[in-house]
Amino acid sequence: MTLTDAADASSTPVPAPQFVTMSGAINRALRDAMTADADVVVFGEDVGTLGGVFRVTDGIARDFGSDRCFDTPLAEAGIVGFAVGMAMAGFRPVIEMQFDAFAYPAFEQIASHVAKMRNRTAGEVNLPIVIRIPFAGGIGGVEHHCDSSEAYYAHTPGLKVVTPATVEDAYMLLREAINDPDPVIFLEPKRLYWSKGSIEAAAAKTFESFGQAAVRRQGTDVTLVAYGPSVDVAMQAALAATESGWSVEVVDLRTIVPFDDETVVASVRKTGRCVVVQEAQGFAGVGAEIAARVQERAFHSLLAPVLRVAGLDIPYPPPKLEHIHLPGVERVLDTIARLQWDDQPDVRFLSGSKGGAA
Amino acid sequence: MTTDTTTPFPQPVSTDRPFARGLMPAPVPVQFLDKLGQRVHVFDEEYPEPSSAQLVTAYSAMVLGRRFDIQATALAKQGRLAVYPPSRGQEACQIGSMLALSRDDWAFPTYRDSMALVSRGLDPVEVLTLTHGSAHCGYNPRASRTAPQCTPLATQLIHAVGFAFGERRKGRPTVAMALVGDGGTSEGDFHEALNFAAVFKAPVVFLVQNNKYAISVPLSKQTAAPSLGYKGIGYGIASEQVDGNDAMAVLAVLNKAVAHARSGQGPVLVEAHTYRLDAHTNADDATRYRESDEVEDWLRRDPIARLEAWLRHEDLIDSAFVASVAQKAEAFAADVRDRMSVDLVVDPMSLFDNVFATPTPQLLEQRAMVEAELEAEEASR
Repeated sequence: MTLTDAADASSTPVPAPQFVTMSGAINRALRDAMTADADVVVFGEDVGTLGGVFRVTDGIARDFGSDRCFDTPLAEAGIVGFAVGMAMAGFRPVIEMQFDAFAYPAFEQIASHVAKMRNRTAGEVNLPIVIRIPFAGGIGGVEHHCDSSEAYYAHTPGLKVVTPATVEDAYMLLREAINDPDPVIFLEPKRLYWSKGSIEAAAAKTFESFGQAAVRRQGTDVTLVAYGPSVDVAMQAALAATESGWSVEVVDLRTIVPFDDETVVASVRKTGRCVVVQEAQGFAGVGAEIAARVQERAFHSLLAPVLRVAGLDIPYPPPKLEHIHLPGVERVLDTIARLQWDDQPDVRFLSGSKGGAA
Repeated sequence: MTTDTTTPFPQPVSTDRPFARGLMPAPVPVQFLDKLGQRVHVFDEEYPEPSSAQLVTAYSAMVLGRRFDIQATALAKQGRLAVYPPSRGQEACQIGSMLALSRDDWAFPTYRDSMALVSRGLDPVEVLTLTHGSAHCGYNPRASRTAPQCTPLATQLIHAVGFAFGERRKGRPTVAMALVGDGGTSEGDFHEALNFAAVFKAPVVFLVQNNKYAISVPLSKQTAAPSLGYKGIGYGIASEQVDGNDAMAVLAVLNKAVAHARSGQGPVLVEAHTYRLDAHTNADDATRYRESDEVEDWLRRDPIARLEAWLRHEDLIDSAFVASVAQKAEAFAADVRDRMSVDLVVDPMSLFDNVFATPTPQLLEQRAMVEAELEAEEASR
């Protein structure tokens, strides 16, 4: 909006949107949830006085008191198990695992108790717990700080698995997660922590239920399905693809569990082609599940096999090599190029030929 | 050499604490009744003797609990239960741990604590549901104030800690009794639970029923600690060890431990030395890893016989009372047997009920698929 426009719009003055970072949006969501419900408590390692290593909980202990936001001993299974107990006593814990790979000690608590308590107790004990995990790479982090761990959680019945790709979603999805009666794994893409956006509209919205994917960009030739940190890659690839004459649609899952088959399949029925983009290593990953579901549900609409663009099947590489591991725009475009545009056999996997799936 | 008082070294452990030796457990297990049921008075100053009424109640519950346990083992052998982990021989711990609680307190039991739950008044059929196979936790944890029996080792201890802390934060005087075995003390979650409990001063009593075996692995291969009670010291937890086959001592120590926790002074760890007379479960063969002499030796320290001898000596019970308790236990076992012999009808569609509060679209699809399969099966009959 230019100054002239503003002067012309004489009726109601529109305030300039307040831009915040994704970490700021999450902070605001925590504060708003804590204000709305006295049972919401925040705890974990360094989340109190320090405000978290990514400053996501900055100022919350100061403003809400150490009863509502507190540091715990450095033990992830303990943090999650403690949250189980507090939830049983009537609280809604929002806990932080400091980094993706540091959440692994808590896996037994998550898989055997957090995910199953409702089921084990025939619905008598539910656990409204949110486990926030800064996850995935692209920030030059050293080993054990950049894992994409979504598949472990998505494979565990009883957990909802959420990952925002936009600042607005970070706010809204976290508010929904805290309101949810069931446990939610809330995966925060680390490299988006400093991305900026407005949350004014989101803060005013009423809550919707999980499981609603968003079409981030309309297109007619190819559907890119992505989530979390890969949505941005997909959007950039879609823009670049226009130079090759491809009209690319981008679907942002927003919640991996529950999965929005409807939106994904509707998009693929329209475009006829589908590429799934994920940062995590590809083998047995979420992208594989999506590819299988699309082929199962939209086979007669498909003009090409559903392809995947994923991280390499390697332990997360050292910082100097992560750019090769992480799926980038070029790898997505190369994959789009393989979608049977000329209706010729894809020889990539014929015996004797080199290479494999991207 | 003088001590620099400005350095931030921690203060020496005070010996002036509710548990008489500071954090330290007694050098030998606390005992009130010897093997023959004769009263010993070594620990009288530290622990008040439990009331006669509590001891008589304990006796009745132990007799009934043992009969229930034997019945459940029989049901497992008959194939009525998929498996049953017995606790025969551990009656003093099983019953003592629950009698020390008030009605509003919570228990966080393991799979071996069925006898304890029955003594707490839970429906035995609901307790046995887990191994009966019709559902997971058969009782309502909220109504019974008892967490689901936990099969992963030690994982429920930290739930007890978070729960007890949460209850305190809500202004409720609840104490959590967290049960674990000797094997469970090797698990990381045991240590995290102790540490969290101490740091947050959670009103939890941890009772380690050291029954000497983790399935087949003896205590000597589990720990080098002089007593499992010592494991509390490093976390700053008041600790104690007790003769776990002496119901009077178990009650004396746990009564005090519960009061300590309830008064806001923090958690307590108690190791009870007892013995698993039966195998790990009916599917286990204990003769592969221990001698019958050892079992015979522990049979001579029978917790029920000891308490009965003392209660008779004090004229608190008589033969008529003993006979009536035995009769009630028989009737109880018969009722369990009858009710467990009825084939349960389980609704297959309940599989989809409690995965989430609201089923996902994918679960609804799978539900429809199973429903169609069952209808087709029905139609083809």
